[in-house]
Amino acid sequence: MAKPAIIVDRLRIVVEGSGHDIVNDVSFSIAPGEVLGLVGESGSGKTTVGLALLGHSRRGAAIKSGSVRIGDIDVLELDSADRQRLRGRVISYVPQDPASALNPALRIGTQLREVLETHSFGKNADDRRARIGEMMREVALPDTARFLRNYPHELSGGQQQRIGLAIAFACRPRVIVLDEPTTGLDVTTQAHVLDTVRDLAAAHGVAALYVSHDLAVVGTLATRVAVMYAGRIIELGPSSEMFQASSHPYTQRLIVAIPHLTGGRELVGIAGHAPSPGSRPSGCAFEPRCAFAIAECRAEMPALRPIADVHDVRCIRAEEVRAQAPIRGGEIPRDGSAEAIQPVLSLQGVNAGYRRRTVLHDINLEIAPHECLALVGESGSGKTTLARSIAGLHSDRWGVITYKGTALANVARARPRELRRSIQYVFQNPYGSLNPRRTIRQIVSQPLEVFGNVKKDQIDRRVAEMLERVSLTAAYANRFPDQLSGGERQRVAIARALICEPSVLICDEVTSALDVSVQAAIVELLHTLQRDLGLSMLFVTHNLPLVRSIAQRVAVMSHGHIVELGGVAQVLEAPSNEYTARLLSDTPSLEVALETAAS
Amino acid sequence: MAVVSQVVTAEVLTARRPTGALMRSALRLRRTQIGLALVLVILAIAFIGPRLAPHGGNDFVGTPNSLSVPGALFGTDHIGQDVWSRFLRGGLTILLLAAAATLLGLVLGIAVGLITAYSRNVLDDILMRAMDVILAFPQIMLALVAIATVGPNPVTIILAVGLTTMPRVARVTRGAAQPVVERDFVAAAEAIGVPRLRILLSEIFPNVLSPLLVEASLRLTYAIGVIAALAFLGFTTNPGAADWGLMIQENYIALTVQPWGVVLPVAAIALLTVGTGLVGDGIARAAAGIDRVRGAA
Repeated sequence: MAKPAIIVDRLRIVVEGSGHDIVNDVSFSIAPGEVLGLVGESGSGKTTVGLALLGHSRRGAAIKSGSVRIGDIDVLELDSADRQRLRGRVISYVPQDPASALNPALRIGTQLREVLETHSFGKNADDRRARIGEMMREVALPDTARFLRNYPHELSGGQQQRIGLAIAFACRPRVIVLDEPTTGLDVTTQAHVLDTVRDLAAAHGVAALYVSHDLAVVGTLATRVAVMYAGRIIELGPSSEMFQASSHPYTQRLIVAIPHLTGGRELVGIAGHAPSPGSRPSGCAFEPRCAFAIAECRAEMPALRPIADVHDVRCIRAEEVRAQAPIRGGEIPRDGSAEAIQPVLSLQGVNAGYRRRTVLHDINLEIAPHECLALVGESGSGKTTLARSIAGLHSDRWGVITYKGTALANVARARPRELRRSIQYVFQNPYGSLNPRRTIRQIVSQPLEVFGNVKKDQIDRRVAEMLERVSLTAAYANRFPDQLSGGERQRVAIARALICEPSVLICDEVTSALDVSVQAAIVELLHTLQRDLGLSMLFVTHNLPLVRSIAQRVAVMSHGHIVELGGVAQVLEAPSNEYTARLLSDTPSLEVALETAAS
Repeated sequence: MAVVSQVVTAEVLTARRPTGALMRSALRLRRTQIGLALVLVILAIAFIGPRLAPHGGNDFVGTPNSLSVPGALFGTDHIGQDVWSRFLRGGLTILLLAAAATLLGLVLGIAVGLITAYSRNVLDDILMRAMDVILAFPQIMLALVAIATVGPNPVTIILAVGLTTMPRVARVTRGAAQPVVERDFVAAAEAIGVPRLRILLSEIFPNVLSPLLVEASLRLTYAIGVIAALAFLGFTTNPGAADWGLMIQENYIALTVQPWGVVLPVAAIALLTVGTGLVGDGIARAAAGIDRVRGAA
């Protein structure tokens, strides 16, 4: 391997004041032209590590010890003025959200020029102008003066992120840190941005650290992958090995939590949640959630040790873990066709819009009893508007929606009580859908008060029942939402829907705000509930592979039209629509990542 | 606790804790403690003062504007009444009027603010434009017009100050409620058909409480100021009786000879407004999470 462009050694970052570890014992190096994927769930410390490479720590955190060497320089030793000169010139950063990282008041040309001027790149203005043109071509954007006069808001999300990349690569840095730059982009846009990153890094010999929560994305992009858990790297190796012969229990569980595009499998989540700084055990941090845990695991933190060529793992039983085939979810039983039965929910010629703009065009759809229909589409395709129209939360729609033959009023308030009870809606963001001022008991029991079908003394019992049904305990009833993790909150939201004893459950992107292992657990739960309670479900998502794990039929939406509708296997394996096919080919998946790695 | 709150993202910091917890963390701040102490001292003077006063409010105890009258601690005022006794007796009316006016303004303002934020239609425009009309005039002007027309009885003063406080509270409430109204838990309540009034009171109102607590203390400060100013201008409920605002007006001519008749009521009003201001600021800081580290340490 070539001499590494950046060497991180035993990096330790602590909470200011208390001194609890946020990140500890993180060491890795990246060769020029190499992309290292840094994977972890929220709170694992991956972004903290990414920022530390630039010598920066967020408010409340302090870099305690360790070194970050780029060539002969230790970034952490520099004073702030020198560090400032380094940033953008030698090491640069691409933030997650380009919309908030670009200055909305400056034209993009000005912002690009600013970077070059700050670092005195090029001899004169003409030099810099030429460099800007070159950069724009490299990130596949027009290099015309007219385009450079645009303000950030005049560009699409993908274009904005390309500008972010152009700024980061502008001074030809040796190292670049990318912090989830494609989160929030549509799959097609994401695929293009990822290609750009890979090409640029390879062409200019830039060492890239790609921070992400998405194993599939990292798998398609990175040559090596480091997995973080509770502030430490727990496994580090070539991406092909990491996915096929992962040797840490956490990595293995993470992989089975990822929905697969081919061969639908039940997802397996990880019970419990990662410990936060200050409450981490002295032994292995994953031990409380680990199926392989033995007494020695609790004794002390295992060291990161090699298990194969350039493959390190932090687990005392790594050999056994590696030898065992990863746990897999069972195949999802395929139901026969449910055509002949009267549909629970039926949409005929539904149009909807906002004021004069129509976002849904002539939607016809039926959901059979006990069926889960997935509604897939990119952002802006109208899928959420459709879901909200069914729930009576979007009034500006026309056309007929019937529930068991009864037409539904546009607004929920105008619908009879029985219909309001039968159709329940679970919102995308569990951080917004629970009132922070009310206890879980008040939140979950609210429908009972409205529908008034349960006596006062029964309420507590019913709430406890529902909480247990969604795998929480009755003890949660007295807590407030902000004392719960994202996954727990989403379970509470599901409990609130289930307490109504609905026959239709509409799930609007219910897992998009959650980590993969939590997503898997929620999908697992919804699948069980749907089967056990005989629910009909409309599962709205932008995540195509996820459809495999839960739905029987899938409807693909694009620009307010349903472009394809059919059985999950049929649509995902042999799409008849061009749009669906493109969506499928752009979706990053582990299988594809493995094939490319193998070849 | 401070540890976790720092590390965990902005999510936790912005999450509005239940009001009890908010008040507890506000009380841990030095500024809130000082503010509360000031307010309590002035309240004690206003409520217990009349019992401790050595003389009646209208007893003549010596020559006017004298500093050396036996039995008159702070001397006599412009017509020979005991300054100390009038000071002790003069706070209660102003405090009660200010409290009642603020309460009225808060209740009306919160109602208007919540309704306009939630209605999202023509009602919003009509009500808020009406509020803007009231806001266009200085508070003291409108109060003066009302009192000059109807006469300075307690009800008029409370109504005049309360109604002019209303639009300011309404603005703040509406501003705080607007983002709350858009959140999904409100939609969740609508989807199962929770009555509108219930949504306003139990879903939205608790989430705008912290800015409103700050606003309440600020409005109380202003109400005290306006009512004292009205008394200074001669609009009091009982022209002869002791009243801090009136005392300032009666005695400011003799300020150089006998300062106490002005200094005592001015100091009391100033300390009271500073006190309520500090309490409000403490609540605001606790709600925003500023001073969190020092406050919790």
